[in-house]
Amino acid sequence: MGTDPASTSGARREPLFEGSEWTFELLDRCDREIARVAAHYGLDTYPSQIEVISSEQMIDAYSSVGMPVGYHHWSYGKQFLSTQRSYKRGQMGLAYEIVINSNPCIAYLMEENTMAMQALVIAHAAYGHNSFFKGNYLFRAWTDAEGILDYLVFARNFIAECEQRYGELAVEELLDSCHALMNLGVDRYKRPAKLSMAKEQVRQAEREAYLQSQVNDLWRTLPARPEGERRKTPRRFPSEPQENLLYFIEKNAPRLEPWQREVVRIVRKIAQYFYPQRQTQVMNEGWATFWHYTLLNHLYEEGKLTDGFMMEFLQSHTNVIFQPPFNSRFYSGINPYALGFSMFQDIRRICEQPTDEDRRWFPELAGSDWVKSLDFAMRNFKDESFVAQYLSPRLIRELKLFALVDDDRDDKLEVTAIHDDTGYRTVRQLLADQYNLGNREPNIQVYAVDVFGDRALTLRHFMHDRRPLGDSAPEMLRHVARLWGYAVKIESVDEAGAIRFVTGSDA
Amino acid sequence: MNRLVDRRLSGKNRSAVNRQRFLRRFKVQIRKAAAQAVSGRKVADLERGEKISIPSKDLSEPTFHHGPGGRRNIVLPGNREFVSGDRVERPEDGGGNRGSGGSPDGEGMDEFVFELSKEEFMDYFFEDLALPDLVKKQLAAVPEVKKARAGFINQGNPSSLHVVRSMKQAIGRRMAMAAGPREALREAEDALDALEARGLGASPEADELRDEIEALKARIAALPFIDTWDLRYANRIDKPTPSSQAVMFCLLDVSGSMDEDRKNIAKRFFMLLYLFLTKSYERIDVVFIRHHTVAKEVDEEEFFASRESGGTVVSSALELMREIILQRYPSASWNIYAAQASDGDNWESDSPRCRELLLQSILPLTQYFAYVEIEATEPQSLWHEYERVKAANPRFAMQRILTLEDIYPVFRELFRKKAA
Repeated sequence: MGTDPASTSGARREPLFEGSEWTFELLDRCDREIARVAAHYGLDTYPSQIEVISSEQMIDAYSSVGMPVGYHHWSYGKQFLSTQRSYKRGQMGLAYEIVINSNPCIAYLMEENTMAMQALVIAHAAYGHNSFFKGNYLFRAWTDAEGILDYLVFARNFIAECEQRYGELAVEELLDSCHALMNLGVDRYKRPAKLSMAKEQVRQAEREAYLQSQVNDLWRTLPARPEGERRKTPRRFPSEPQENLLYFIEKNAPRLEPWQREVVRIVRKIAQYFYPQRQTQVMNEGWATFWHYTLLNHLYEEGKLTDGFMMEFLQSHTNVIFQPPFNSRFYSGINPYALGFSMFQDIRRICEQPTDEDRRWFPELAGSDWVKSLDFAMRNFKDESFVAQYLSPRLIRELKLFALVDDDRDDKLEVTAIHDDTGYRTVRQLLADQYNLGNREPNIQVYAVDVFGDRALTLRHFMHDRRPLGDSAPEMLRHVARLWGYAVKIESVDEAGAIRFVTGSDA
Repeated sequence: MNRLVDRRLSGKNRSAVNRQRFLRRFKVQIRKAAAQAVSGRKVADLERGEKISIPSKDLSEPTFHHGPGGRRNIVLPGNREFVSGDRVERPEDGGGNRGSGGSPDGEGMDEFVFELSKEEFMDYFFEDLALPDLVKKQLAAVPEVKKARAGFINQGNPSSLHVVRSMKQAIGRRMAMAAGPREALREAEDALDALEARGLGASPEADELRDEIEALKARIAALPFIDTWDLRYANRIDKPTPSSQAVMFCLLDVSGSMDEDRKNIAKRFFMLLYLFLTKSYERIDVVFIRHHTVAKEVDEEEFFASRESGGTVVSSALELMREIILQRYPSASWNIYAAQASDGDNWESDSPRCRELLLQSILPLTQYFAYVEIEATEPQSLWHEYERVKAANPRFAMQRILTLEDIYPVFRELFRKKAA
């Protein structure tokens, strides 16, 4: 796209490197050059720590789901075995990159890679992802890049200590249950900040004064309400439904020991740490891919990279952004790299060379400074809103997107919209919905606890488009019951408000 | 500022613990898969890793998710022929337009596959057989070693200090280190002699030379007689010492009553003996003899393959074994082991003959003869005759077996003897 090396050929300088062997010196020089160009485009990053590791270490890093320090659990062992196996059989190139949202931002380079790949990974991870972690509002609000490494170390040590004290099996069971509920262990909105002691006291004094002012002996003469009427409105607990299941359990489960509460908290914190990543896959990968492409092309235009490098780079780049059509046997969903990259490229195009259509659809964007517009998009959106805001008709046409509806009351699928004038908005809205975690995952909330009875916990599943819970529900309830300590049941509430019992589990 | 860090040398195998946790958690399933794998292997082919596959659903990590049903909107790329309002058939696999069909090598996606190392695999094998730990260790360990000389090294413990070598080394070092000063000394002495010859013995130059000669002599004398550099130690290394060769006879009753399960137990029995032999012998031949009314030497495939109907004459197999020993395995140069598995049926009047054969001609030639009777209803004539053999000869072991755990006691004597 629009790269024309000939135009700058007057100032051709020595390329940074020629062959495919890398050395630390070359990596360092390459990193400096990329840093210079990144600064030119105004990328704001954490300092990064680029670590060269062997492929075995890469498999290790993979299996701990991107946590540089992790506690022990069999599920990571399972991940390790399957990664190791597919790597050995050559099914999987061991990627590219693992990058950790921390300060300094840790990026891994694999020693087996060629120099070209190392340059690609540095640009992608240490500048692309890194700046996204630092800039995007979700990461700013929900993750603490400074503290995460320390917290993970604390978590590992704490869990290891629990294993010694209470036995590996007890800890493993607890972790199993917590992991199962991980997706329901995140806050979607900030809780109000805790009041400080001083403020609390001031308020309490105010309340007291107010109550005192209301005391009136007359009220005492009113007849008491009849018993039955009072019982009709039993005190509910929790007073409002709670969506953060793990938080509710940590604070309220009657029978958890203190160490168990701490473990629940650890899993919850880690879930919260990864929550922004789950919501910004398209943007995050798209952003990093866009910048490795842009930065390396810029260096090429300056004559710092050879043609050979560009061939190798473009080959892996195009592999990464390959989007097979829906009927291909390689299709496995929309490729976040492809969609994200195309969208950021498209925004740049709209800024630089808008068509009439673009001016109609994106009046503010067309003709604006692309670096600023892109930066704004990166900072203030998540996948759902990003697609809803920026997916252009032209890109819908390029990707030939179309929408289907699959309704169990209908014996056939129906095509609701395609890439035509009447369809653009629908396709865009439906694709945005597809990235809404709230639609993808069942909406399950803590509804009630039978405080004065058997302490049973009731969960409610609020159905969306009549979609039922999957067959894992009974097993999941066993996990909830294990944490809660008493019986648990779950009900589905459909859109008309009808309540249906789904399944239950005894303590 | 960015930092580049080389982490290649800092620990790999960070996942070893997690891997162990995984194996422990799915022990039951892995054990089952390992047992199946053992059944599929040859008697002599036990000591290698194995690909284990477990149904994925057994080890899924559940989450709350949507089930099929309700109304679902899907956005897909790559439209070719659809326009809005088109109605299409629901695809068979339930909605995801995925190009399914499993992976090319036929492993379904619903199997979780991974590799067990040789050691882990052996552990599962031993566990099935309920081997005592001592025996496990003995079987898993490398064969016995003997210390052997292997030249000299310059580090070691004082007890292996080699005096002659060290002194030789010291002489060499002293000569080499003194070479320079001696040369200078000789020159100085020659010069002094020359001066004295010219009658300048009292000149300042001569005094200077004398001082120099003194200094050089002192320097030569200061050379250490022996230095830590000189020390040499005798080097001794471990050499495995497998003792020559052994032959193992596997005798199997293939009459109608030996079904697959019994044969599988018999196979484990043969495998265990084989494994024991590999630890003690360099070269092992395995001879397979199957019999019903007549005995026949066969290869391993055929050995475990088919069943035949008809009666059973055990002595036929023993006869054949004796013949093979006489022809091919002279007991002077071969250690002979035999394992016999049967369901205990035998032609009534043949059993005494078996006893005689064993006592007279076979047991004197063999190191050990183990007999298992698998799931027999009531001990019959063969069992009773064999009991008399056992009483007469300590190299004979026998056991009735119902499950895999019963196999080990047959070999108890054998392993104890080696452990001692």
